[in-house]
Amino acid sequence: MDFAFMKETFLSLLSGVPLTLNLAFTSVAFGTVFAMILALMRLSGVSVLAAVAQAYVFVFRGTPLLVQIFLIYYGLGQFRPALQEWGLWIFFREPYWCAVLALTLNTAAYASEIIRGGLQSVPHQQVEAARACGMSGFLLFRRIVFPIAVRQALPAYGSEIILMVKATSLASIITMMEVTGIAAKLISQTFRAVEIFVVAGLIYLIINFIITRIVMAIEWWLSPHLRRPPAVEPRLEAAHV
Amino acid sequence: MTFFKTLSLALVGSALALGGAAAQERTVKIATEGAYAPWNFTGPGGKLEGFEIDLANDLCARMKVKCEIMAQDWDGIIPALQAKKYDAIMAGMSITPKRKEVIDFAGPYANSPNGYLVAKNSPLAKMPGTGEAYNLGTQQAAAEKAIQASAQTLKGKTVGVQGSTIHSNFADKYLKGMADVREYKTTEQHDLDLAAGRIDAVLADATAIIGTLEKPEFKDYVLVGPSITGGMLGEGVGVGLRKDDTELKKSFNEAIQAAIKDGTVKKLSEKWFKIDTTPKS
Repeated sequence: MDFAFMKETFLSLLSGVPLTLNLAFTSVAFGTVFAMILALMRLSGVSVLAAVAQAYVFVFRGTPLLVQIFLIYYGLGQFRPALQEWGLWIFFREPYWCAVLALTLNTAAYASEIIRGGLQSVPHQQVEAARACGMSGFLLFRRIVFPIAVRQALPAYGSEIILMVKATSLASIITMMEVTGIAAKLISQTFRAVEIFVVAGLIYLIINFIITRIVMAIEWWLSPHLRRPPAVEPRLEAAHV
Repeated sequence: MTFFKTLSLALVGSALALGGAAAQERTVKIATEGAYAPWNFTGPGGKLEGFEIDLANDLCARMKVKCEIMAQDWDGIIPALQAKKYDAIMAGMSITPKRKEVIDFAGPYANSPNGYLVAKNSPLAKMPGTGEAYNLGTQQAAAEKAIQASAQTLKGKTVGVQGSTIHSNFADKYLKGMADVREYKTTEQHDLDLAAGRIDAVLADATAIIGTLEKPEFKDYVLVGPSITGGMLGEGVGVGLRKDDTELKKSFNEAIQAAIKDGTVKKLSEKWFKIDTTPKS
């Protein structure tokens, strides 16, 4: 292991970190909104909506992300005249938006199941108690169901965010020069695959370490009821005085 | 270690055959990319085909060895050779000083220039230097002048190139700051993006471009720009080998020389590229 070379590699790979983070967070942000809609469709009780959401999840969770990226980028690229007519070509022309779209559609499928699990785990008694207090509709959702569901879903959702950070490495196949793309280029120039991939792995590890800490902090913040209440010192007013 | 295993097996075999013409064949594993038509590609039946597949079979027959040709991603083709996943690379790989630092080459068995693939109706179709040929090694000044003149027309355009190739190095050196260069994994991918209109031009080997132009989807495209060889583009395409494999290098070199001498290389090159890419000298 040549540490001077690894340090140099680390610095060059750092230039890909903004794009990696950008892809991960843009798609997680869009994906969360979309996942929320899908989960609500699934639980809406309207059979058509539920079936559409179920079919979507089945397709996007059941096919590899790599295939989805290829289909969106190279597949849709063949329908340029139609896309131009609909004014969508400006969007599909850019590899960045194609990558964001593929990652968003993919994470939405996984996240909708996580959110659905969270929503379904809200104890029925809590909902009934809220109704007894006169809450209903959006107020009930906002005050009772949603906070409990988020608390339940958060650990699994943290994993999903980490998976997305790692999934951005696939964007290099459609010419996006994120960390893995730059790593591949450096390998082609130096043929030192081991050192470069070790450093690239290390960068992902650091990013994901920070993300896990943030998710843990949010979890801690959301569950004050699980923490030991601050110890109350018994007052030493002895009765026998 | 495969070599010694094969050798010892061959020794036992020949002992058993009582000095007869026993199996003394070595198996040589050759890696190719399988996505670089017409050099090497995966045919409609899923079988590897192309100039290098035909040439490899011919060379193996001359070397009297058994050959196994396999497909390997271009990105990892040199690291996997070093890791002994196979013994030789025949994948349109140019012999460059940089690659020579890590592996050895037999050959060259072909030498072809680079060029740009653009749409006939684009302003790039009138690129200066089209039809002119320069050697970057021996006529550096004239070649660089022609390269710069053609690069000027690419200002503000998007150019696709296969990553980890002499062409991507060429783009890094001559197009940086002029054009937006995008790197693809395979030539098939940048061709698709050119057809889709995501990029304005493709920078690649002329033979690969000629192969692309044969497809009906590319009838409205044309090969332009000066034909550049030599210098940083290397001294031609050779067989990539591990540095310690001197014996294999020797037999490959002898087989290539024989194939060049009797016109096999020329015949195969004209069959696949429509032009003669036999290396001169």
